Amino acid sequence: MTVKDNKENAPPRTVPIQSATFSNPINAEIRRAAATGIYDIRGGGAKRRVPHFDDLLFLGASISRYPLEGYRERCDTKVTLGTRFAKKPIELDIPITIAGMSFGALSGPAKEALGRGASEAGTSTTTGDGGMTPEERGHSTKLVYQYLPSRYGMNPDDLRKADAIEVVVGQGAKPGGGGMLLGQKISDRVAEMRNLPKGIDQRSACRHPDWTGPDDLEIKILELREITAWEKPIYVKVGGTRPYYDTALAVKAGADVVVLDGMQGGTAATQDVFIEHVGLPTLACIRPAVQALQDLGVHREVQLIVSGGIRTGADVAKAMALGADAVAIGTAALIALGDNDPKWEAEYQKLGTTTGAYDDWHEGLDPAGITTQDPVLQARLDPVDAGRRLRNYLNVMTLEAQTIARACGHNNLHNLEPEDLCALTMEAAAMARVPLAGTEWWPGKTGAGF
Amino acid sequence: MQTYDLAADGLRGLNATLQAQSDETNQTEWTIVNPRGSHAIAVGLDAPIEVKVMGSTGYYCAGMNKQATVHVHGSAGPGVAENMMSGTVVIDGDASQYAGATGHGGTLVIKGNASSRCGISMKGIDIVVHGNVGHMSAFMAQSGNLVVCGDAGDALGDSIYEARLFVRGSVKSLGADCIEKEMRPEHIELLRDLLARGGCDAKPEEFKRYGSARQLYNFKVDNAY
Ligand SMILES: Cc1cc2nc3c(=O)[nH]c(=O)nc-3n(C[C@H](O)[C@H](O)[C@H](O)COP(=O)(O)O)c2cc1C
Repeated sequence: MTVKDNKENAPPRTVPIQSATFSNPINAEIRRAAATGIYDIRGGGAKRRVPHFDDLLFLGASISRYPLEGYRERCDTKVTLGTRFAKKPIELDIPITIAGMSFGALSGPAKEALGRGASEAGTSTTTGDGGMTPEERGHSTKLVYQYLPSRYGMNPDDLRKADAIEVVVGQGAKPGGGGMLLGQKISDRVAEMRNLPKGIDQRSACRHPDWTGPDDLEIKILELREITAWEKPIYVKVGGTRPYYDTALAVKAGADVVVLDGMQGGTAATQDVFIEHVGLPTLACIRPAVQALQDLGVHREVQLIVSGGIRTGADVAKAMALGADAVAIGTAALIALGDNDPKWEAEYQKLGTTTGAYDDWHEGLDPAGITTQDPVLQARLDPVDAGRRLRNYLNVMTLEAQTIARACGHNNLHNLEPEDLCALTMEAAAMARVPLAGTEWWPGKTGAGF
Repeated sequence: MQTYDLAADGLRGLNATLQAQSDETNQTEWTIVNPRGSHAIAVGLDAPIEVKVMGSTGYYCAGMNKQATVHVHGSAGPGVAENMMSGTVVIDGDASQYAGATGHGGTLVIKGNASSRCGISMKGIDIVVHGNVGHMSAFMAQSGNLVVCGDAGDALGDSIYEARLFVRGSVKSLGADCIEKEMRPEHIELLRDLLARGGCDAKPEEFKRYGSARQLYNFKVDNAY
């Protein structure tokens, strides 16, 4: 027999099969953990697929509802936040705000660009862990000041300079976790603002130092109001975990606005295991929170801002149809500024990653000059140009949301309602409590039929 | 001297009046009667005035104080002088949890005992406690000085940064990364001044100093717990 014959007569072999459980990325992570002995830290939000706004569709007008003329007929976008107790509520032209992102995590030019873009689009920006910088106050016509567990840079003068105060209880990326800012990003200026030694790996606390439960929070809010003469709207930001109860407790504690951040929400840095395995998808948070507001008779009186994975005007419209008064964006705003832009691909490659996947924001080496404190890298971001891109993007999202609202027959984004929606999957139907496409049913719905 | 009856005239009026005082005010002495454990008394002040509170206070008395001297002739509830920037706060009685939390400056004197988490996350404030402090005091303390003339509870100075802790009595246990440190002459001098400011007649030589071992400053395999 020849060798050839031998091969031809051999029994067929199985093809190599990769395990779905022990996939290549999982195995690589096991090897990384075994080599280093420390968990993976990264920025960004959950990368796994979870039920999201993409799983919902708008129905549009039909014989039973008539649409508004796309370009001509009015469709209002304004929103007022803080109407419950604040003497000076915030009025925004569009219901899309910029979420809290710290100076420290972000460069000075990035913060300035956020302020410029948001102000031009008629909306607010938010400080973050690390305090208020003159640049962002100067460039933001409406600035929300975060009151965080770390209290880095916290002082009564900045509190009074703010247009609103956001008490941060948690973040969707890491509900129950504190902040991290690694040594590479603790420059002299960041160290001074936070009153920390330069170059240390900084942990910020996961819970507030001087209050614990909802009864304490009520007194804390009283103190903040007394210090600011009851002028400023007070927001309470929570990560999406128990949205019904957290919303109810925030209302009970005296919040003017509840900010609810789902698990896709970005972070500057935390453990990957936290980002991917703790918290609820944004879609699953909204209806329970709205239910809590309705049960307490304060829906629309206490405003609800939803964040975590908002990318398009369709996402904005869907969040609002489910009952949100406004949304907040973090990651999308950074992308509009220039984060993960293909023009830096060669540099992403050098960092061992690629456009769209770059998430080592904690390392401070961002080629786009956004998540860095390196003066050379920062200089790559022109705050005026980047601000203009953000403004354009915010305008486009608003136009998209208006397009949808008009198609559904609404002359105000706030008139969007769950009845305008259907779901593509059972999961999304259950979470959003809207009918599965083509049916009148969602899991858990009592009663039947059209 | 101005007298304000909190029970009769309400919290909003009190804070609005005190906050309206400027650096040049000639109404520099204020007495608050009937505090009755109310929360947020004399918060957000920013003028060189003296405020006497004739009784005990609830949460956050003298919160975020700047410049003013606030003297509580009674005990103080949780978070007294929280995030103080400057000025002086004196408590004749005891202080509840989180006294002086996150304070950036100024001096807090507690003549009685302080409860748990005294000086938590402090950022430059000086705190002098004549009595004891409870567990987790000076947790994540960043800078400033905490002086305890009595004893300290469990986990003193857990995850401490650069704050200095001086304890005369016993320390039930030290928290993660907190160690006893050498008392050098400059520390004795510093402590002498703190004790004088705090109206304490204890001798600096009777104290031990505690601070950060700086082993948790960077994430590495052996301290990632
Ligand atoms: C770079 C970065 C820094 C952040 N810093 C903070 C912060 O300091 N405080 C906070 O409450 N949330 C912070 N967040 C979370 C955002 O406020 C927001 O909840 C989140 O980005 C919303 O989700 P999205 O990124 O999908 O839009 C940060 C997010 C990013 C991306």
